[in-house]
Amino acid sequence: MTPALIDTDSAAVESRPALAVSRFAPLRRPSGWVAAVVAVAFAAWVLFLADGTPAGPAVDDPGRFMVTVLDGVTFAGLLFVAASGFTLIFGLMRTVNMVHGSLFLLAAYIAIRVQETMVGRSRNIVPADVGVLDWVVPLLVGAGVAAVLGLLVQQVFLQWNEGQEMRQTMVTLAITVVLADQMLREFGGLARRMVWPGAATHFLSIAGERYPTTRLFMLALAVLVGVLLWLWLTRTSVGMIIRAGVDDRQMVRGLGINIRRVFALTFLAGSFLAGVGGVMGASFAGAAPGTDGSWLLNALIVVIIGGLGSLRGAAAGSLLYGTVVAFSPAYLPSQYSYYAIIMTFGLLALVLAVRPYGLFGRPA
Amino acid sequence: MKLAFACLVFGLALLPAVATPFFVNFVMTQTLILGLAAATIVFLAKYGGMISLAQLLMVGIAGFMYGNAALDGGARGLNLGWHPWAAAGFAILVTTLVAFVLGAIASRSTGIYFLMLTLVYGVIGYFVFAQIVEISGPGGITSIQRPELLGPPVLLYYAGLLLSVAAYAGFRALGRTAFGLALQGVRDDPVRMASLGFNVPLHRALAFALAGFVAGLAGLLNVWWNGQIDPASISIGPTLILLIIAVIGGISSLKGAWLGAFVYVLVLTYLRDLPLVDRIGLTEARFNTVIGVIVLMIMVLSPEGLTGIVHKIRKQFGETRP
Repeated sequence: MTPALIDTDSAAVESRPALAVSRFAPLRRPSGWVAAVVAVAFAAWVLFLADGTPAGPAVDDPGRFMVTVLDGVTFAGLLFVAASGFTLIFGLMRTVNMVHGSLFLLAAYIAIRVQETMVGRSRNIVPADVGVLDWVVPLLVGAGVAAVLGLLVQQVFLQWNEGQEMRQTMVTLAITVVLADQMLREFGGLARRMVWPGAATHFLSIAGERYPTTRLFMLALAVLVGVLLWLWLTRTSVGMIIRAGVDDRQMVRGLGINIRRVFALTFLAGSFLAGVGGVMGASFAGAAPGTDGSWLLNALIVVIIGGLGSLRGAAAGSLLYGTVVAFSPAYLPSQYSYYAIIMTFGLLALVLAVRPYGLFGRPA
Repeated sequence: MKLAFACLVFGLALLPAVATPFFVNFVMTQTLILGLAAATIVFLAKYGGMISLAQLLMVGIAGFMYGNAALDGGARGLNLGWHPWAAAGFAILVTTLVAFVLGAIASRSTGIYFLMLTLVYGVIGYFVFAQIVEISGPGGITSIQRPELLGPPVLLYYAGLLLSVAAYAGFRALGRTAFGLALQGVRDDPVRMASLGFNVPLHRALAFALAGFVAGLAGLLNVWWNGQIDPASISIGPTLILLIIAVIGGISSLKGAWLGAFVYVLVLTYLRDLPLVDRIGLTEARFNTVIGVIVLMIMVLSPEGLTGIVHKIRKQFGETRP
């Protein structure tokens, strides 16, 4: 049996109009070789041609190349945690949960507060002061609050209008606006930072470059989250119901399963994941007003590239997007490094031109 | 219905004679500009079934292009120093072209995917202007003058009114042309339209370009009215606000766009003057909370916004819809 959330591109579940579209579409769409050409050109540029860029060609400076690859992969880990909850909720309920970014930021703020209380200082916390518990407990508290709030939003605002996608999107948008404003009131406009535990804060030497272990710690956490999520979805009965619900909600209902409870559980888990991502993000890059919007954007880009509702897509999208984010500032010619953001857009346009529903997505 | 519309336009045209300059030049001009921009969202949603979050980006592109082309000798932007009307034409042209390209990329996505993709457009567009300071001037382009023809503020109000009426009538008329009917066909059943030989992605891209053109006009009015433009004004917050304006009025009602803008500007302007609001901790700094709660209530009551609520009430009292 193929796990549905993970392998969503099976043709059997596509709806009728979508099938008809896909029969026409290959005539007009550029095929996969366009992507292949771009990938080869990208590799050639990075390996041999990239003179005059901040990093230089990879064959001349392998250390810098390794560091950039690691940057990309570790950032992809954070992206995956932030996007997986979003895609989980969408896959099952077809709800575009715009509150995701707010939950991300709220968890970050709360975790920072809890950490400050536990360490007993609100400023100049250094990693040496922070034990592992001083990081894990705030993580659980922050993510827990995010999970409960997410569940509350779902129970109060999203349960009774199930199936009205646009209405749900607007409702969550409005909640986002309110939450962002209230967080600004409560936590102020200054950027704050969560501190990694001292045990994880060291430096490695990679091909002559110093590399912080905190980023590897972040990647390990993300892999852990991914494996747990995968085990949950494929090896437990609840996960089986969720995957069945992704494929055919009506049928699951017809079998007498209380899908409302499954919805609530999924929302709880998705919001918890948003919170975990938020705490990791706050340790990695800090939290400030606007972080909610930019991480909603990151989650959106990942799931648009990877395909909505697909966990495997979220992983693939995170890797691609993380790679582009890490490589563009290092391997664009120095005078153009402002234009790095356009590369993200190029990636998006390329993926959508080849696969309109993302790498592992399917038409809604 | 037509009579009521004519009366409304006539009343608005006479407004400067009876209302205070503040009300005309601040409240109403802003309403017309925001309404015009929000109307492009409604147009795309109503006729094309596409809910776009990229319309404020089009407003911003037109504004930035005008600022770069029209200024000369200022401290910020490219300072091309063109004639104002040439700059305006250039701004509209660039905006329409960008809209066409973005629309072509998005033309195979629909529904919720389209919404998310255009949100990504909007935010990436913001980052483009925020990071490439050559075209946005560090911290925005300031002291932008409007063309001499529109010198007095009241003329800007009339320009907004004229363009709004033209856009409203134009969008409605377009819905009855061959293109408009084909677009609505694409909205309802893209597969059938494709098998009838219509180029579905092209229709969507053209509609998006047209909406971009009108949003560009709103962008020109906006930059003339503000006299400046900065990247923060097209960031994710204002982007959502523009969608919220369209939603307040009703996402499938063209009139609703201006109604929503009016409600928004009224709240924005007069919230602080309400008695007792500061007692319950509501200051203008908490303005977004008020707007968010209003939208939340409207969406809970009726997905069709204020126009939907009005229709519901009319039905309740047994009146037939006009």
